Amino acid sequence: MKRYFPLLLLLLGLALIGRSLLPLRNPAAFDVVGFSRLPVLMNGRVKPMDTVARTSLLVLCNNVSNDPANSDPERSHRIATPDNRLLTPNEWFLDLMFDATKADTYQVIVIDNPDVLSLFHLQPADGLGERRYSFAQIQKALPELERQAKLAEPVESQARNAFQRSVVQLQSNVILYLRLKESVVASDRADFLGDLMDFQQSLPAGIEAVRAKEAKQPHDAVAARKLIDFGERFDRMAQLGYVLAIPPAAGESDANGWRNAGAALMETFQTGAVNAHVMAYAGLAHTWRAGRPDEFNEIIRLYREELQKGFPGALAKCDAETRYNNVRPFYTAKILYVLAFFGALCSWLYWPKELGRGAFWLVALAWLLTTAGILTRMWLEGRPPVTNLYSAALFVGWVSVAFCLGLEYLYRNGIGSAAAGLIGFSTLLIASYLELGGDTLEMMRAVLDSNFWLSTHVLTVTAGYGATFLAGFLALIYIVRGVFTQSLDKATADTLARMVYGIVCFATLFSLVGTVLGGIWADQSWGRFWGWDPKENGALIIVIWNAIILHARWGGLVKQRGLMCLAVFGNIVTSWSFFGVNLLGVGLHNYGFVEATFWWLLAFVASQLAFIGIANLPLARWRSFQTR
Amino acid sequence: MNDTVRQFRDFFVSLRLTVVLLALSMILVFAATLDQVNLGIWAVQEKYFHSLFVLWRIPGTAIPLPVFPGGYLIGGFLLVNLVAAHVYRFKLTWRKSGIFLTHAGLILLLVGELLSGLWQEEFQLQLREGETKTYAESYRYNELAIIDTTDPQFDDVVVIPETLLADSTPIQHPKLPFRVVTKEYYPNAALRLRAGTGENPSLATAGIGPQITATPLPLTYKQDERNWPAAFVELAGPEGSLGIWLVSPQLQAPQTFDYGGRTWRIGMRPQRAYKPFSLTLLKTTHDVYLGTDIPKNFASRLRLTTPDGRDDREVLIYMNNPLRYAGLTFYQYQMDGEHAMSVLQVVRNPSWRLPYISCAMITLGLIVQFCIHLSGFIGKRRASAAYPPARP
Repeated sequence: MKRYFPLLLLLLGLALIGRSLLPLRNPAAFDVVGFSRLPVLMNGRVKPMDTVARTSLLVLCNNVSNDPANSDPERSHRIATPDNRLLTPNEWFLDLMFDATKADTYQVIVIDNPDVLSLFHLQPADGLGERRYSFAQIQKALPELERQAKLAEPVESQARNAFQRSVVQLQSNVILYLRLKESVVASDRADFLGDLMDFQQSLPAGIEAVRAKEAKQPHDAVAARKLIDFGERFDRMAQLGYVLAIPPAAGESDANGWRNAGAALMETFQTGAVNAHVMAYAGLAHTWRAGRPDEFNEIIRLYREELQKGFPGALAKCDAETRYNNVRPFYTAKILYVLAFFGALCSWLYWPKELGRGAFWLVALAWLLTTAGILTRMWLEGRPPVTNLYSAALFVGWVSVAFCLGLEYLYRNGIGSAAAGLIGFSTLLIASYLELGGDTLEMMRAVLDSNFWLSTHVLTVTAGYGATFLAGFLALIYIVRGVFTQSLDKATADTLARMVYGIVCFATLFSLVGTVLGGIWADQSWGRFWGWDPKENGALIIVIWNAIILHARWGGLVKQRGLMCLAVFGNIVTSWSFFGVNLLGVGLHNYGFVEATFWWLLAFVASQLAFIGIANLPLARWRSFQTR
Repeated sequence: MNDTVRQFRDFFVSLRLTVVLLALSMILVFAATLDQVNLGIWAVQEKYFHSLFVLWRIPGTAIPLPVFPGGYLIGGFLLVNLVAAHVYRFKLTWRKSGIFLTHAGLILLLVGELLSGLWQEEFQLQLREGETKTYAESYRYNELAIIDTTDPQFDDVVVIPETLLADSTPIQHPKLPFRVVTKEYYPNAALRLRAGTGENPSLATAGIGPQITATPLPLTYKQDERNWPAAFVELAGPEGSLGIWLVSPQLQAPQTFDYGGRTWRIGMRPQRAYKPFSLTLLKTTHDVYLGTDIPKNFASRLRLTTPDGRDDREVLIYMNNPLRYAGLTFYQYQMDGEHAMSVLQVVRNPSWRLPYISCAMITLGLIVQFCIHLSGFIGKRRASAAYPPARP
């Protein structure tokens, strides 16, 4: 049994991954999966409906997976309807776009602030999980929300109070909701397909009537009125529609050709024929509402066939992205890291060899999975791995775990695996919070639009952050094992000290070179090598701190314990540089502002200071050193 | 060598000093970063980095108290410490070559930063499509320009920097037949049209000034705002005052007057730096990603010409692709696509190459040192079985 344990752990990990790779199944007779893979253009790139549905839901609901009512990860990505059905994000999205009156009763809009809630005369008890409300519930008081948002918007975003922040956020979410509804069909029309048929038929007569009217000649007033009504409706859709679902004419490769259904319908007045893609979407809406899955699926099939002619590349990428969204490699990796961490912890007490090896394999598996995830993201985006705070968190974890795998391979004492499990899990956890901002495959602002510098400066500096964190976590292991257990013998302590020292050397190398490269990039794009911008200062502080650790050790100013304390303080320095400077809200680099982060940061700093305090207990209090 | 000298030497070559200086610099950088919220990036640089001491004014008084060593002091000591330690301990061995190269690179980086702090000049060049300019403008400093426009062929310009105006000592320039006396000077002010007769009469007696009120504002340090100074300036000839003018860079319309048979124009404007060439903005490109406000690309197509005709070509400046010409570097800074306007940042920094060289030295040094360590480590692991793979 004992011998096969590592193998067992590995199989468990593989089973977890295998489960996530199962092919997608439709929840019911409708080909929802087929729909979710349809390409649309949003935020500057072609992406599948699936991504739009998921990110919109994430923005509206925020914290889906942290909802206490929905602690089960599978349930957490479902929307409960009033008649107690559970919808996938794509089913919800279909209802929102094609059957809006029904979707308006689903409780998806988060309102956390009690004062904002009272604008709508609602109680927490009225909401799902005491925080999510349906559009129908808040609809009546929307003018009041708009008034409050107008009052709050002139206040600078950092100076807003909790109520103002909440109002502005909710207002932008409501606008998103309203715009999503008008993307492909007019949400207030019972039979949009019928409308379009009618429009197509009455178009020639209508145009004639309008022309005659403009020329002040006798005309068919009814026909003219009808056409003008259509025009006004389509124009409203063109103004509001959020998802650019209608592709450019086949053969036209310019991404600027994508538009929403309203804009495509407005073109009818020139072309004389209703755009076939809009017709297809109207047909989908009709059959979805009427509950006719066979016809729905047939339209999807035909529509995809049509797209296959003009946009084979976009379709392939969208299929891959839908797959990636469903596999959720980082979620599985998170579980594997937790398992590995506990495996490694236990290996210090029982079965050092078997558990240690099992933990190592789990870490390796999780790391390969994150590698695959990061590579997929790179391919989808056509960018180096780090483009925003989210991907930086992923990459910091990836680099640190890579170092850990190296350490574990060299030393085989479970320390590398434990650190890998801890860092891998925490960075992925942080990433999942950062994901709440919306689609994480963002476009790069003009100044950052340089793959060369993104792949040199950003990668080296992020690797430096990762290495500094790793040194800090290894030091934490030293302190915790030394003070609270008897497992830190002299050999392990010396090994840990050597690991920390080695990793600090790496951290110095990467952060120094990365920072100087950043200076050169700044010289290229802003005209100064160094501008004392907060993010630059953050990187500089990390470099200085690593240099302090190295020089203090070379000068004999610190011994083993001192080295560990300095390395733990490195965690504070790094987390401040990574998140803290973004909280300042000044500077050119300020691309990711996260508010709740501030309190987490403070808590983290306090915990690290506590560890430093513990490390300074007299040696007699260290359980590992009492015994000798 | 006597004891004092030895102590002195030991102090300057010690690693302890290095660590203390590094720690001080870290605190300095941290405090400066936090203070940017209050002071903005420019004032912070002056207060913390381009200074020997960080000064703190005792509240309610103007007495400055040095509370912390400033950037020049810490940087200077670090430089001395680095150089001294290397001179003292220098031994050319392979084992130390990487460390040595890295620190030489660091010294160069510090020196380079000092030089660019001293030499670097930054200006802006704001152009509309079709407009030609032969000068760049400062976005922090202003000047009072008094121009003799009598001859239609050329203007005879006398400029007085803002700092001299602020002193309010009378200024007599040989080219001007009158003295310039500052009556009132506001480093930042809001201007508006005078509402009616109810207000206090303006200090100004000539030009557009009497119709305008100038209200002093506190200095702004925000990065996207600038200070707009205003001054009431009296021109006084031998036979008495010519009048008091209100001048400010916000007043765009020229104020002219005649004196001594000549025509003059007076106004305050952003400080200008004239160039021996001219730039014409031909076309601006401002792309955003479809369906977003995220800018994708800013680009300006310009024509560069010199009066001697040796240079007459089109250049394209866009993000991450500046134009380097005549010792200056032109960067795409801002763009207003709607008004077809482009703002270029114009920087003169003779030492801009130093960071590139030092970067190469540091990288090379660290990599050399790393390889030396790695080969040593692997060699040691092979030689000793102190930490064999875990045995069953």
